Amino acid sequence: MRAIITVIGKDKVGIIAGVSSELSSMGVNILDISQTIIQEYFTMIMLVDIGKTNVSFDGIKDALNKKGEELGVSIRIQHEEIFESMHRI
Amino acid sequence: MINSYDILETIRMIEKEKLDIRTITMGISLLDCISSDGRAAREKIYDKIVTKAENLVKVGEDIEKEYGIPIIHKRISVTPISLIAGASDDKDYVEYARTLDKAADTVGVNFIGGFSALVHKGYTKGDRILIESIPEALSVTEKVCSSVNIGSSKAGINMNAVKQMGKIIKSTAELTRDKDGIGNAKFVVFANAVEDNPFMAGAFHGVGEGECVINVGVSGPGVVKSALESVKGESFDVVAETIKKTSFKITRMGQLVAKEASKRLNVPFGIVDLSLAPTPFVGDSVAHILEEIGIESCGAPGTTAALALLNDAVKKGGVMAYSHVGGLSGAFIPVSEDIGMINAVVKGSLNIEKLEAMTCVCSVGLDMIAIPGDTPEETISAIIADEAAIGVVNNKTTAVRIIPVPGKTIGDTVEFGGLLGRAPIMAVSKFSSADFVNRGGRIPAPIHSFKN
Repeated sequence: MRAIITVIGKDKVGIIAGVSSELSSMGVNILDISQTIIQEYFTMIMLVDIGKTNVSFDGIKDALNKKGEELGVSIRIQHEEIFESMHRI
Repeated sequence: MINSYDILETIRMIEKEKLDIRTITMGISLLDCISSDGRAAREKIYDKIVTKAENLVKVGEDIEKEYGIPIIHKRISVTPISLIAGASDDKDYVEYARTLDKAADTVGVNFIGGFSALVHKGYTKGDRILIESIPEALSVTEKVCSSVNIGSSKAGINMNAVKQMGKIIKSTAELTRDKDGIGNAKFVVFANAVEDNPFMAGAFHGVGEGECVINVGVSGPGVVKSALESVKGESFDVVAETIKKTSFKITRMGQLVAKEASKRLNVPFGIVDLSLAPTPFVGDSVAHILEEIGIESCGAPGTTAALALLNDAVKKGGVMAYSHVGGLSGAFIPVSEDIGMINAVVKGSLNIEKLEAMTCVCSVGLDMIAIPGDTPEETISAIIADEAAIGVVNNKTTAVRIIPVPGKTIGDTVEFGGLLGRAPIMAVSKFSSADFVNRGGRIPAPIHSFKN
């Protein structure tokens, strides 16, 4: 099952490293990353595969929330389908 | 991967513009709970509801977490109770309302609809007892919603029922006097009621529906308003197109949630109702959309045309997004639940007469309007008759949810709290409609109903 992770916040050293090491420790595979700065805000979007991890969706969500607080950014994880259904016919 | 712009747009809609799934409503047929013994019927009703809806709230919460889209309400609608209770010897149906309330409590939903009767052509014994039980039922329960259908394009308007509705509304107000007549916030009088509406207070599970079904109501006035902000000064063609596209996206989201809920609950998926349903919070107002279209304050000339365009464009976008769009799908214009409407009433730009005109082109009718507590019951009945006439003649659903507030009058404001909001008491005509209402009988179906 695939999910989209969005990370938004003030740019600083170590955001990508922090988020990806958190994901790797939970066995979440990163399939694609795009990153950009929009109006001084660091915006990273990751497509991940959560099919092979033993951690529950809630568990991943909580871990990412904690990581987000640590890094001073907001991190969301949502099923990929919600974006597909809205933007693809 | 979907492009970043689209992903961020979805997130912005949810976080900033208050896009949400307003309700997942499970429709449950109670036809197999009919029994000549009222007590046995109520036991069956309770058992069936708590079994079918056992996981409704949990599934709703799971989907909310996993998809990151707020799902505000989880609710239940049932077969009109007049049809179920009619077989029993019970002399009043308040106990049935208590049973529904208890079942709603057990499964954790916040409203249960279907304490209803369909009397557009005439009354059965069950209809009569149910309607007489409405005031007490609404005063002794918290979560039960009630509705009565008093007219249809095929049958005309049952004026005996219209007359009785004024009396029922007044006594409901009296019995819930200590809470500013809040009982009537849970009571809707319909013409052309639909069988698959997921929104309260008017939801019931029609007899043409299946055993159990999931209907989803989506909302998003804030998203439409915000989309229109980016086309300031453009022509109506652009306005219509912008609303249509936005409504398409919102409906797709509703369809996804409905499908997922239906899969997880193992219950067939009925319809998505795309209604722009406002809340009393800033950024979630239908009146503000109309003002964004160019009306200084909702109710000023041009409001009806703007609303007509809005309602139509919302439907067009929704229908393109999913084949089974149903319910009421359009723009709701409740007063107390919409901060823009409240302000418009306070400013004096919006009155009941203008609202009535607006109901000709919106998806439902006069909704959540507080009026002076001393309004005569005949005046309330006549307001209902006018609204029903609009629905019956124009082949659309119309409804009246009007709240006479005991002890309050024009200039006062009533606080209902939460999503029910607050309402300035609105003026109603001082002239009598008593002789009109007291005629009774039926207003015949309009000529264009004879389509066969």
